[in-house]
Amino acid sequence: MQRERIKFLIFAVLVFSAPLLFNGGYLMNVFVFVGIHTMLAIALNLLLGYAGQISLGHAGFFGLGAYASGILTATFGWNPWLAMPVSALAVAALAYLIGFPILKLKGHYLAMATLGMGIIIYIVFNETIDYTGGPSGLSGIPNMSLGGVSFDSDIKNYYLIWTCTLLTVLLSLNLADSRIGRALRAVHDSEVAARVMGVNARLLKVQIFALSAVICSLAGSLYAHTMTFLAPSSFGFNFSVELLTMVVIGGLGSIYGSFLGAALLTLLPEFLRAAHDYDIVIYGGLLMVMTIFMPGGLVRGIPALVRALTSGKRGGGNA
Amino acid sequence: MLRLKNINTSYGKVHALKNVSLHLEQGEIVTLIGANGAGKTTILNTISGVTPASSGDILFNKQPVQSLPPDRIVKLGISQVPEGRQVFKPLSVEDNLQMGAYLRYRSREARADIHKDMENVFALFPRLEERRSQLAGTMSGGEQQMLAIGRALMAKPKLLLLDEPSMGLAPLVVQEIFRVLDQLRRDNGTTILLVEQNAKAALKLADRGYVLETGKVILEGAAAELMENAEVKRAYLGKDKKEIWER
Repeated sequence: MQRERIKFLIFAVLVFSAPLLFNGGYLMNVFVFVGIHTMLAIALNLLLGYAGQISLGHAGFFGLGAYASGILTATFGWNPWLAMPVSALAVAALAYLIGFPILKLKGHYLAMATLGMGIIIYIVFNETIDYTGGPSGLSGIPNMSLGGVSFDSDIKNYYLIWTCTLLTVLLSLNLADSRIGRALRAVHDSEVAARVMGVNARLLKVQIFALSAVICSLAGSLYAHTMTFLAPSSFGFNFSVELLTMVVIGGLGSIYGSFLGAALLTLLPEFLRAAHDYDIVIYGGLLMVMTIFMPGGLVRGIPALVRALTSGKRGGGNA
Repeated sequence: MLRLKNINTSYGKVHALKNVSLHLEQGEIVTLIGANGAGKTTILNTISGVTPASSGDILFNKQPVQSLPPDRIVKLGISQVPEGRQVFKPLSVEDNLQMGAYLRYRSREARADIHKDMENVFALFPRLEERRSQLAGTMSGGEQQMLAIGRALMAKPKLLLLDEPSMGLAPLVVQEIFRVLDQLRRDNGTTILLVEQNAKAALKLADRGYVLETGKVILEGAAAELMENAEVKRAYLGKDKKEIWER
């Protein structure tokens, strides 16, 4: 427990001092997205890595939070601090409603159903032009502000978003280490055994689905107020798959793994710009190599790699 | 303590239990024996609420429980050790035991109590204490069975449902597990409903037994009587085979 706290503190200090390195440059902007993506990856990881329930529609919840916040503030003039929790509550209610029937399904069937859910939400964004602006997007969303300070620059957004991300990390670490976290992993391993232990598996799955959706919705609200412009293409099927990739590459069932996955998949395309037309080929190749050689994800693969390298330097053999 | 009256349970079109009636008194060990597919596991799953009965009554301490979900039934004091152990493989031994006490986390006192019960399980199965932080999936079959029983005990059950605890285990381990069951009855007065393929060991331990065939109770009686019953001997104990088919 003590070690977990120290780990989190180090992580928080690193996150908060990182902007000193960026010097206000372009990387700062990228790291704002790393923060949002970390929240989303953690949300999906709670569902997939802990409870073992797949979702291929999580970009939909992200989009719902973004559009709900965007429309409430830009069109109806709400305060962003009010729009954010109201959107999250609405998404929670929707997730409950969808969750009960959908989470009866397992494996491939659940994947199909959530995929359908994501696509339906995406179509709604595209077609309800009166509200969302359709394919041409929704603009004029205000930045968030607190006590007269408007979060209108990269550095301010960085601190706003990473504060929320760190809260998500803290909440998730605590949840994972609790009785509920154990129950989630138990349901993942054997639903029947979990049920005879007294776990109401069906309700628990719906609850974690809703919690996951709420985190996505909050990340969506933050995204909307950071970007001040929304278009449906950010919330399509591709992005759901990208989230899934972040979780798997980072490490299933690891909160810090979700951060690593989100960081890698957000930064990689930026660095690969140098390779011009070949960037997508290298990107895909790297992901394949990593899944083959680090099946447990970055969070388990990197320490193993370090161990292998350091023992190699000591003379090749291992004791 | 537990009474099943005319229970019928079906899996889709398969009628698995046909008018099964049985009863257990406080502090008894009762065994269900029968061939594969006789409905032994279904009886346990019906009692624990995993596969609810389509008709009939189940009374636990005079309270009807046949339509309650599994979590409510655990709360009333019925705990099941499922078939094939089903320990939570990616969880440590300690986490598995804590899962058994899932419904008991309510207060600080409860936590202290749970801790004490965990020590009791370790006293019962010292092997588990040595491996308290090991992942359950990496342990041997016998150790997993001990863990599955320990986990069920963590719910502080009044009635323990055991599904084939000897399955796939070495004779020595089976002996140890049966010794613990006997100890549980003596020291805690735990009532046990035991499903077994190993009819000999089960009848030796039990007070009474029921013999099942294709979803029906065909025989019931004191364990000692059943052990002497010619039909039981032939079909489940592998004795006196000759006398029967020479008859």
